[in-house]
Amino acid sequence: MSLKIIADLCTGCSACEPECPNEAISEKKNLFIIDPDKCTECEGDYDTPQCVAVCPVDHCILPLAA
Amino acid sequence: MQSAAASYVSLDALKSNRNALAEPVDAPAHAGCGTSGGEGKASCGTSDGPDDMPADVWNKVKNHPCYSEEAHHHYARMHVAVAPACNIQCNYCNRKYDCSNESRPGVVSQKLTPEQAVKKVVAVASEIPQMTVLGIAGPGDSLASPKKTFETFRMLQEQAPDIKLCLSTNGLALPGLVDEICKYNIDHVTITINMVDPEVGAKIYPWIFWDHRRVTGVEAATILHQQQMLGLEMLTARGVLTKINSVLIPGINDEHLIEVNREVKKRGAFLHNIMPLISEAEHGTVFGLTGQRGPTAQELKAVQDACMGGANLMRHCRQCRADAVGLLGEDRSEEFTLDKIEEMEVVYDLDRRRSYQDRVEAERQAQHAAKVEALAATQDAGAADGIKVLVAVATTGGGRVNQHFGHADEFQIFEVSAGEALFVGHRRVDLFCQGGYGEDEKLPSIVTAINDCHAVLVSKIGACPRDELKAAGIEPVDNYVDEFIEKAALSWFADYTGRVARGETVHQARGDASIRQGAFTAAA
Repeated sequence: MSLKIIADLCTGCSACEPECPNEAISEKKNLFIIDPDKCTECEGDYDTPQCVAVCPVDHCILPLAA
Repeated sequence: MQSAAASYVSLDALKSNRNALAEPVDAPAHAGCGTSGGEGKASCGTSDGPDDMPADVWNKVKNHPCYSEEAHHHYARMHVAVAPACNIQCNYCNRKYDCSNESRPGVVSQKLTPEQAVKKVVAVASEIPQMTVLGIAGPGDSLASPKKTFETFRMLQEQAPDIKLCLSTNGLALPGLVDEICKYNIDHVTITINMVDPEVGAKIYPWIFWDHRRVTGVEAATILHQQQMLGLEMLTARGVLTKINSVLIPGINDEHLIEVNREVKKRGAFLHNIMPLISEAEHGTVFGLTGQRGPTAQELKAVQDACMGGANLMRHCRQCRADAVGLLGEDRSEEFTLDKIEEMEVVYDLDRRRSYQDRVEAERQAQHAAKVEALAATQDAGAADGIKVLVAVATTGGGRVNQHFGHADEFQIFEVSAGEALFVGHRRVDLFCQGGYGEDEKLPSIVTAINDCHAVLVSKIGACPRDELKAAGIEPVDNYVDEFIEKAALSWFADYTGRVARGETVHQARGDASIRQGAFTAAA
């Protein structure tokens, strides 16, 4: 269970990074990526995934296809 | 900086002149920025009686280009783009957009780490000694990434202690960070406030990120509004000067901004800056895509004029980018990209900066004194019959009519009536003349930009544009070369009203003008 940032849509604004309760988000070449091993989709911490709620671009952060 | 020679107008004299100008709240004249006929008004005006600008306030604004209309001709500012994250969404903003040929808030080419930002500031301050102000304006919200913003301020205070620090914010995170703001001696804060009614706010802000969730609609606007008002009150209580930016969105908050003006004034706002919405489909903003238009020049001026009795109005804003460098209206950020800064040998020489700024201040006061003297000798128009007109002015600075029509990429607009020439704004235009010859296809856009003016004062103008302007009903005037603008405007006005009185000219109202939208490429 993990989310994924669509690189083509990411603006590199960094809003998501500090919101992640699992420190799963990091910067890579001016954009941001989610470590699937750390991401819990915020289950147990918040009602909605924090990165999705704060991201300024619609559909930029989606569930990682299994 | 107070050590100007005796022959110059002293700061105390300027201040006492300003105080003498203080008028009751309902007085229509003298408010806003600019010099009013013959009297020594040095800066953005105190339009309202009780606020007579104490010395500590004057010291804060006198060389801040955004807070003082006069200072912006002499002192430069820069923004560093260290805060890309935002905590709200506005319908006039698209975070994806980045174009170096464009000038509008929120747009930036290169985001910086705090370390890179400090390096850039020190490099610019060494190269441009009249750079006195560093602002963090995004490109997101400066307080949505508080760590980066305050880390930049902390390092700057150590390395360049003479630079004034300011920031701009949407206000959502402001109340929780007021202590931090005061800790770094940030004495100017800009808050963007577009509404004081959440119903209006819901049309401007689709959502905010608050308390770990995305909040939408009127609920979102209510929270934002409460945070903005609380933050403003807290800053006022701590003695921090505040500027309120409001984006005028026709049909959504135009008349409402008068109420915004009243509410922010009540809470101690120092300056109110009402800016036109910039909206084009190619910007990809919600408003751009829905066809929401920006205001015309008359619509903007009507709202600004209606607010004249409220907080002091800023009329010289150029809506600059979150990484702009230089005097307002110019952008030298291309000279200070990261690659170029790496190669620069930078020595931060505080003494050199101080002595340069002393010269700038002396020059500014000399200019001011000369202007006061020139205006004292200006004759008032006799039978003006309540006529009030706008004139456009081409100037390269120094407060004088000294620019060729074809070299102007913006015109200053003055409202002239008997005994008063009041600066009311700028109009950006495409350069008419590039490479020494006029390009006729660009003339119509200039006419559109100053179409509400009766005359355009220039140092020189070619035969072709002269005829075109006349045909459009705008009088080209080139016989006040190098005169102070207010003096030239009043002299032309006396001449004009004289011609009207003698029946040689029929006074007619002018039409509306459009505000320049979209990409603007500064002359290289």
